Amino acid sequence: MHPSSYGKIGLHLNINGEERTVTIRPADTLLDVLREHLGLTGSKPGCLNGDCGACTVIVGDLPMKSCLMLAVEAADHQVITIEGLNHAPIQQAFIEKFAFQCGYCTPGFIMNVHALINRHPQADCETVKEWLKSNICRCTGYTEIEEAVRSCLLP
Amino acid sequence: MIPYDFEYYRPASVAEAIRLYGGLEKQGKSPVYYSGGTEIITLGRINLVKTGAVIDIKHIPECQVLGFEQNRLILGAGLSLTKLEEADPFPLLSKTAREVADRTSRNKITLGGNICGRIFYREAVLPFLLADSQVVLAGRDGIKRRSVHDVCNGNLRLDKGELLVQLLTERSYLELPHVSIKKRKQWETGYPLITVAALRKDDRIRVAFSGLCPFPFRSVELEEELNRRHVPLKTRVDQAVRRLPSPILNDIEGSAEYRIFVLRNLLEDVMEEMEGK
Amino acid sequence: METIGKSVYRKEAPDKVTGAAKYTADVQKPGMLHAKLVISPYAHARIKDIDISEARKMPGVRAVLTGQPTPLVGEEIRDRPPIAFGKVRYHGEPAAVVVADTPVQAQAAAERIRIAYEPLPVVNSPADALRKDAPLIHENLEQYEKGVMTYAEPNTNIASRIRIRKGDAAKGFSESDVIVENRISFAPSDHAAMETRCCVAEIAADGTVTIITSSQAPFMAKKIISAAFGVEIGKIVVHAPLVGGAYGGKSSVQWEIIGYLASKAVGGRPVKLDYTREEDLLTAPVHIGLDATVKLGCSKDGKLLAAEMVYLFDSGAYADKSPNLSRAGAVDCTGPYHIDHVSCDSLSVYTNHPYPSAFRGFAHSEVLFAFERTMDMLAAKLQMDPLALRRKNAIAPGHTTPTQVLLNTSNVGNLPRCLERLQELMNWEEGALIRLSDRKVRAKGISCIWKTSTIEPDASSGAVLLANPDGSINLVSGVVEIGTGTKTVLAQMLAEKLRMDVSRIHVKMEVDTQTTPEHWKTVASRGTFMAGRAVLAAAEDLIRQLKDIASRVLRCSPDDLEVGGERVFLRDDPKTGISIKDIAYGYTYPNGNAIGGQIIGRGNYILRHLTCLDPETGAGVPGPEWTVGAQGVVVEYDRRDHTYQILKAVSVIDIGNVLNAKAARGQVIGAMSMGLSFGGRETFEIDRNGIVLNPQLRTYRPLRFGEHPEYIVDFVETPQLDAPFGARGVGEHGLLGMPAALANALSLASGTDLNRLPLTPEFIWRTKRGTSHDSV
Repeated sequence: MHPSSYGKIGLHLNINGEERTVTIRPADTLLDVLREHLGLTGSKPGCLNGDCGACTVIVGDLPMKSCLMLAVEAADHQVITIEGLNHAPIQQAFIEKFAFQCGYCTPGFIMNVHALINRHPQADCETVKEWLKSNICRCTGYTEIEEAVRSCLLP
Repeated sequence: MIPYDFEYYRPASVAEAIRLYGGLEKQGKSPVYYSGGTEIITLGRINLVKTGAVIDIKHIPECQVLGFEQNRLILGAGLSLTKLEEADPFPLLSKTAREVADRTSRNKITLGGNICGRIFYREAVLPFLLADSQVVLAGRDGIKRRSVHDVCNGNLRLDKGELLVQLLTERSYLELPHVSIKKRKQWETGYPLITVAALRKDDRIRVAFSGLCPFPFRSVELEEELNRRHVPLKTRVDQAVRRLPSPILNDIEGSAEYRIFVLRNLLEDVMEEMEGK
Repeated sequence: METIGKSVYRKEAPDKVTGAAKYTADVQKPGMLHAKLVISPYAHARIKDIDISEARKMPGVRAVLTGQPTPLVGEEIRDRPPIAFGKVRYHGEPAAVVVADTPVQAQAAAERIRIAYEPLPVVNSPADALRKDAPLIHENLEQYEKGVMTYAEPNTNIASRIRIRKGDAAKGFSESDVIVENRISFAPSDHAAMETRCCVAEIAADGTVTIITSSQAPFMAKKIISAAFGVEIGKIVVHAPLVGGAYGGKSSVQWEIIGYLASKAVGGRPVKLDYTREEDLLTAPVHIGLDATVKLGCSKDGKLLAAEMVYLFDSGAYADKSPNLSRAGAVDCTGPYHIDHVSCDSLSVYTNHPYPSAFRGFAHSEVLFAFERTMDMLAAKLQMDPLALRRKNAIAPGHTTPTQVLLNTSNVGNLPRCLERLQELMNWEEGALIRLSDRKVRAKGISCIWKTSTIEPDASSGAVLLANPDGSINLVSGVVEIGTGTKTVLAQMLAEKLRMDVSRIHVKMEVDTQTTPEHWKTVASRGTFMAGRAVLAAAEDLIRQLKDIASRVLRCSPDDLEVGGERVFLRDDPKTGISIKDIAYGYTYPNGNAIGGQIIGRGNYILRHLTCLDPETGAGVPGPEWTVGAQGVVVEYDRRDHTYQILKAVSVIDIGNVLNAKAARGQVIGAMSMGLSFGGRETFEIDRNGIVLNPQLRTYRPLRFGEHPEYIVDFVETPQLDAPFGARGVGEHGLLGMPAALANALSLASGTDLNRLPLTPEFIWRTKRGTSHDSV
């Protein structure tokens, strides 16, 4: 990475297991780059302010709000977006439990929950609550989301 | 979307970071140290932070230290809040940090970023104020250690170009009896109406606050009043309230007078719990 | 029934869990430019000067737009320049627009536009607006073009006044033994859908205007743009892909007009206008505020005799939907009770606040908050159980509504039954207030609800069904998929009607106004009713055609035939028949002769017998049916610090017939969640200069995971005879009574009448300090 004066920079990213090269502004957020440079529009802009969680992706093994992260910061990490999930159990659970309506917050919720399940396969109610408070769903009353998460956790 | 451009630097050492800052400053780029960066991004997108260069300090080894040395806990400024919560070397810090923003955001928000933030709650500093911690600062004239009180009690007093590298806390403070309570305007989401952290040391109770004034603080005078054990609690609380610094926040989270009402109840709860511990 | 009532998964579900679902902001077009707004930092100010010279010079800038005196736009009153002209009337109003190659360039240039404002006195509430010396927000109200049921009062700030006069209120009060009077108020708030408003507009060489928009009202966008700009209506094509939450907030037409102007300014190139969250909260239409007084009179034993209401709806800077909102509030101004003497003045009043669009419930949760709070105060004064008071006065067939519609067993549900169920589910017998400790109490509050849909009397909906060569059917309807799952429910209806598997029905998710039959607007819980009727009519048409062609192949009368399992067969000999796939595209005889062609079913539905309201008395038929229900909230309240938790929220709604069990439950719970959030936390914090202080989701805070209570939902089923499968509208109703029920529970818990929203601990503390008695 060689910064020139306010110029664009070339950046290598590992997204969904693929090596991608993009030319970006250092001020571009990861969300900007995913959506506008890589066409990965599954991560949703909801506030660009880290408040709603709709743009959540997994960086390394942690959920991250891609609007709160510069793309350059993701350079040394594996990034997984909703497009990179392949029949993860939580996706089917969201369908079966009716855990979404308009679907706009869904990719962010699913990525957050997917990271949660991997990290804490037996997460208790408090942990689930702590993690899921990071995302806003405006359509459901959260009960269906809760059921979907529970159905994917070990007892 | 940040509507202006900046350069991005990722120094590998404290010295390089300081050097970069000096050079960029000379070029008129108004550089900023970038840790979690959440505030630079969110305030940057509405032009409340303007910079021509960000210096990402997360990859400096000293900023990632989490460990003990000579009976002292060393915490790097670049550690994320969730990393601190999970490692849990300082339980009071874990509890206070857990209430900052939300879990996913705390994967990004760092200790140093929260303490040196523009958004004035800076709740992560409260435990260090209570534990009389030291801060390790780097600047043009090298590395120095200073009391957290001198730098972080009330308004932040860092010199231009000075970098918070680490926080040092005596081991003896880490397991002391403590409480941390965050009261919000409504339910469990949002900035603090008041956050209070308290610690009992040598039978004296120490308290520090965020959300009450436009800065986090610990007040020795206020603690004096609270620790007059022979005086009834309600009276002590009354006296303590008189010792508050000004101004008391009066904003959309709550009016100043309501904050005082909440504070009185909080202080009673904290004292009852701490005196019982 | 095979499919109706089943929890069929949403047709678009796989797309929504994989990120494949496309919303407006996901659209990228070659050569697309980007527009950014400059919004007003003042609530009311004269625009003295706009300097765009620096902005024009910025890299990538293709156009800078400022306001023009004409045309004016607006749905009920054409009072709004799409970009402010002469003055700004609310904080967040668009004052200039920049079009540039990239969003970053557009934003950077927008920041260089210098606008000189001269602040004007601010009208900061409906009550302020009605003062004699109040500044006029619209000096030219008289000249504006207005809708038929809008009664503006020029030279005042009254955009519309609806009068309801039923019986003789004065007489009713003179006969009353007990009278209570109450005032309530709350400020505007917001829908806060997760998808911000967005559109992409372009104009082709032949003048065809194409707009892709996050909208519930693509057909209205087409009409408004045609009317305002003189574009031939057939040359406007509006696309509505999946919408990321709407709740009424995307039924107004605003961003599309700016997008159209922006594209026009750059020679028709595609331009994307994607509101930031701040603009979505401030600039785009909001949830209406209300100041109200309610006076109720009753006999000693609690029989309601008279009601008199004044509702002052906060129309904000522009009328748009607010005359309709004040009308909707007027027609159901009492809540679901039989009252002989009713008087109501329902006004929409201009202020310098952001202006409202529809919000889930369309003025009903607002009016019910006022009315149902007053019902509890009346019960307290009577020393009567609030549930018993409601049961005694519950509306029923044979009664009349405030606009004097005679109710029957079809056009109104069974409210007494709903109240009975609520009583059981809330364990009402144990008492409404239970002491838990020195500090904590548990308290219950209830509210009855009702709603009719006051949509345009001539609103219609159409559907087209296209047979596929494999016998499956494509379903095309003008309903926008905003998250309610209506298109899946329509597929269920069709599957039921054709007796086929719902998986074999393919639903076109996107609406475009060129090829999709019109559905007036996807609002008012009317999707299943109107579009459902249209689909059933189209299915009849399809069946008729199938039978016609099959009768020729099978050499029988069409009357002998039945359709089911993707076959057409003899009623008395089902083995004899023909597969739909063999006639879907016509039938070919062994010798090569062919008959028929692709089977295309069509159907539509128009609401019948709705009338305009009498301007003096309000008498008239405002909507097709009344969904009723009863709701309750249980809170645990701390009497020391006035904080509380919502433990349970209960809804019993007469839904007519459940079409998709889990989807219906989801709609009700989602609406309840939104109602509790509105009741307990959501509001714009507006300062004395009319500035909204919390235009971000970190300060404007919808309910989050873990803050939600236990939800209990139950349905009563009294079929609406003329609705598809008897179903009544249910998309909004879960919300309606939540603010009132919450306020009633907390008023009981705190021993203080709480008549403002949101119900924050600070508000309760303030109210408590103003009073001394404590009922516990």
